[in-house]
Amino acid sequence: MRQLARLFTAVDQTTRTNAKVEALAEYFRAAPPEDRVWTVALFSGRRPRRAITTSRLREWAAERAGIPLWLFEESYPIVGDLAETIALVLPAPTRSHDDGLSTWIGRLRALDDADEAARKAAVLDAWDRMPPVERLVFNKLITGGFRVGVSRKLMTRALAQATGREEAELAHRLMGDWTPDSTTWHTLIEADDPVADTARPYPFCLAHGLDETGPEALGAPHDWRAEWKWDGIRGQLIARAGAHHLWSRGEELMTDRFPEFAGAADWLPDGTVIDGEVLAWSGDGPLPFAALQKRIGRKHVPRSLLAEAPAVLLAYDLLELGGRDIRARPLAERRAALDEVLARVPENAALRPSPLVPFDSWADLAALRGTARARRAEGLMLKRADSPYHAGRRKGDWWKWKLDPLTIDAVLIYAQQGHGRRANLFTDFTFAVRAGDDLVPFTKAYSGLTDAEFREITQWVRRNTVQRFGPVRQVRPAHVFEIAFEGIQESRRHKSGVALRFPRMSRWRHDKGAAEADTLEHLHEMLAAYG
Amino acid sequence: MVLEFTQRGIYCPAGDFFVDPWQPVDRAVITHGHADHARPGHARYLATDDAAPVMRHRLGEITLDTVAYGEVRRIGGARVSLHPAGHVPGSAQVRVEVGGEVWVVSGDYKLEADALSAPFEPLRCHHFVSECTFGLPVFDWPPQAGVAAEINAWWAANAAAGRFSLLGAYALGKAQRVLSLLDTSIGPVLTHGAVENTNAVLRAQGLALPDTVPVTPGTRRQDHPGALVLAPPGAFSTGWARRFRPASTGVASGWMCLRGVRRRRGVDRGFVISDHADWAGLNRAIAETGAQSVHVTHGYTEIFARWLTSRGYDARIVPTEFTGETLDEGAPPAGSAPP
Repeated sequence: MRQLARLFTAVDQTTRTNAKVEALAEYFRAAPPEDRVWTVALFSGRRPRRAITTSRLREWAAERAGIPLWLFEESYPIVGDLAETIALVLPAPTRSHDDGLSTWIGRLRALDDADEAARKAAVLDAWDRMPPVERLVFNKLITGGFRVGVSRKLMTRALAQATGREEAELAHRLMGDWTPDSTTWHTLIEADDPVADTARPYPFCLAHGLDETGPEALGAPHDWRAEWKWDGIRGQLIARAGAHHLWSRGEELMTDRFPEFAGAADWLPDGTVIDGEVLAWSGDGPLPFAALQKRIGRKHVPRSLLAEAPAVLLAYDLLELGGRDIRARPLAERRAALDEVLARVPENAALRPSPLVPFDSWADLAALRGTARARRAEGLMLKRADSPYHAGRRKGDWWKWKLDPLTIDAVLIYAQQGHGRRANLFTDFTFAVRAGDDLVPFTKAYSGLTDAEFREITQWVRRNTVQRFGPVRQVRPAHVFEIAFEGIQESRRHKSGVALRFPRMSRWRHDKGAAEADTLEHLHEMLAAYG
Repeated sequence: MVLEFTQRGIYCPAGDFFVDPWQPVDRAVITHGHADHARPGHARYLATDDAAPVMRHRLGEITLDTVAYGEVRRIGGARVSLHPAGHVPGSAQVRVEVGGEVWVVSGDYKLEADALSAPFEPLRCHHFVSECTFGLPVFDWPPQAGVAAEINAWWAANAAAGRFSLLGAYALGKAQRVLSLLDTSIGPVLTHGAVENTNAVLRAQGLALPDTVPVTPGTRRQDHPGALVLAPPGAFSTGWARRFRPASTGVASGWMCLRGVRRRRGVDRGFVISDHADWAGLNRAIAETGAQSVHVTHGYTEIFARWLTSRGYDARIVPTEFTGETLDEGAPPAGSAPP
């Protein structure tokens, strides 16, 4: 625990990426193997099950600090982090300990079966034995949100530095649904012939967005391939050892949620891995994302929903063929092999190629991009014909060329403080459009402003609060923001009757007053045109 | 009432004067030289002897009367005296007594003694007008000596690695306090103009500060290897700091005890050092006044007033234009630019 706290401090005390990587690498060299595995698990989003509810933690922390619960609750949004708030209010420890991370995690997991009195005693005991930084790390373990400024990519780079292994190889080793219980440091990181995990996916290749200058600078059009950028769930379909597995980009196993692919092991030769997009489909085109969204949260899909929003996988790429990793081969070759594989798939199968978009000039392509919204695509993907399938986000070979977003001018009506890095700043806003003399809320937005703009609006919100509803402040309707979004859907759950996709603040319209904001009527016109 | 809370500031009808008013008035009693307390435009000022030089430096030609700490002035029907607040050099609490009723306006204050400001003096009173910039139980200042050791260790490590140490601290008070904590055997200390101007004023009134080298347009980085550069926090976001590279950055402020605030500033290190009272300090100071009635002026006023009420005080929030220790504005509240 001390080592992890030291790592946390080292990472926390620098803004230089290299210094963070060095600190992580040093940790991976020095910490006991069982602690290392847990640390890798934590930094790649694998957390121990939450044994204690946060409401109990708040009560116990307030009690231990000798303050009323309401005062703790008032302090929390200002600190912006529950684990940190608890660590800050607790009195200094009176004892100490020498136990490592995995020991503490073992203790936490033992609490799964314990009664509340035992849980409380164990937590208070831990708090009383840990200095502040360890407490913070410990609280993050219990509360589950182990986000401490170390991305998975950064961790993988540090692992590469500590072990002398290739970053891409390590990224692949860390994929899949292993847990610190199912593996060891040696198996996970070092074993030359890792125990074959037939479900393990490859790291997804990701793209950067093209800037406003467009694709001209990319060179000759014939060196590139274009595809529609679909608005679904990026997925990896694996057929190995007679079984199939479907992974999301967030490394969630979605196999059971999409029974449409149950035949994949029969359609595909053994040892096939396909990268594609899961979409809800109707006739010859995708349904809006909202249709797919209904299926995301459901482990078991009712028959009616299967009929209403049937899923297909539009395949982009082939990563493994005949059990051989072909990611290093050029895209053109992989794509040809993909088409060959898919040609043998039954016609009614929920698996088909995502069509290439043929073009001769960038101007042609720009015109085609203009039709993306009508095809329910978000824009285009540009991939260099000779590019390998990279692990992660690499600049240069793959680009997203998204549609310009839709925009609407809206009035700020509610504000709430952010969390974490944005604690103490008002960053979470609700916006309204005009309907006669009324203002109808229709969307929230959290991003798009600069730090300076967030500071400015925060000052303003503090002085112009009309009413408070818990942490939410109603403000004088005065400021107009341009809200950019990617799509618009009908929604019965919202008063305005619409739901936006990826709304954000694209511009602060200092030039407009609330009376000049757009109307609900205009919003409904957009729904009719683009919904 | 001995003191009233008006649109222009805290007003004493018996003496016809204001304490730290934010609009121009005829007679202003000033607690200390920070910009949200000592504003320009008043006809007559009263402050402590120690606060006077900085106020003259910042406000220019003003009609300023001064008193020693504890010296009683009769103003109309009020007995007025200024007592150490421990906030910055020269800072004072204002004690006002009318007909046996005593009110104390704290201005800004802190309880831990530093080597520069006269230490905070608890005053018995009936009504206490208190700041509560850090009025939440999450604010718990570590002892100054420990923070000093952290700053010096950071500086030494940077110097050894060939990096400059850029440390943000407000020009009046915080910068000098940090300066007094530095182990100058590590390397030279360079100062931003806003800090150096205030240094000069305070040195002239007899404050002992370590030697500093003012940064000028001609300052060359290679002449000052391993230097610590002391500047108002706002200076880091300007081109001014660009010449000192490579560098590690830090900010000295009570807000630095919150990780979110520290990360938003984008600095490497946050040093928790404040010229305001922390949670325990506020509670102790209020208890020691013996006052039953507490008026909170700035900070987490709503939460703190509710807390005081739950502890049996008659606590009220009074709206003022004081800002306390702010980071978000980016601009230091005092002495950032010469007048």
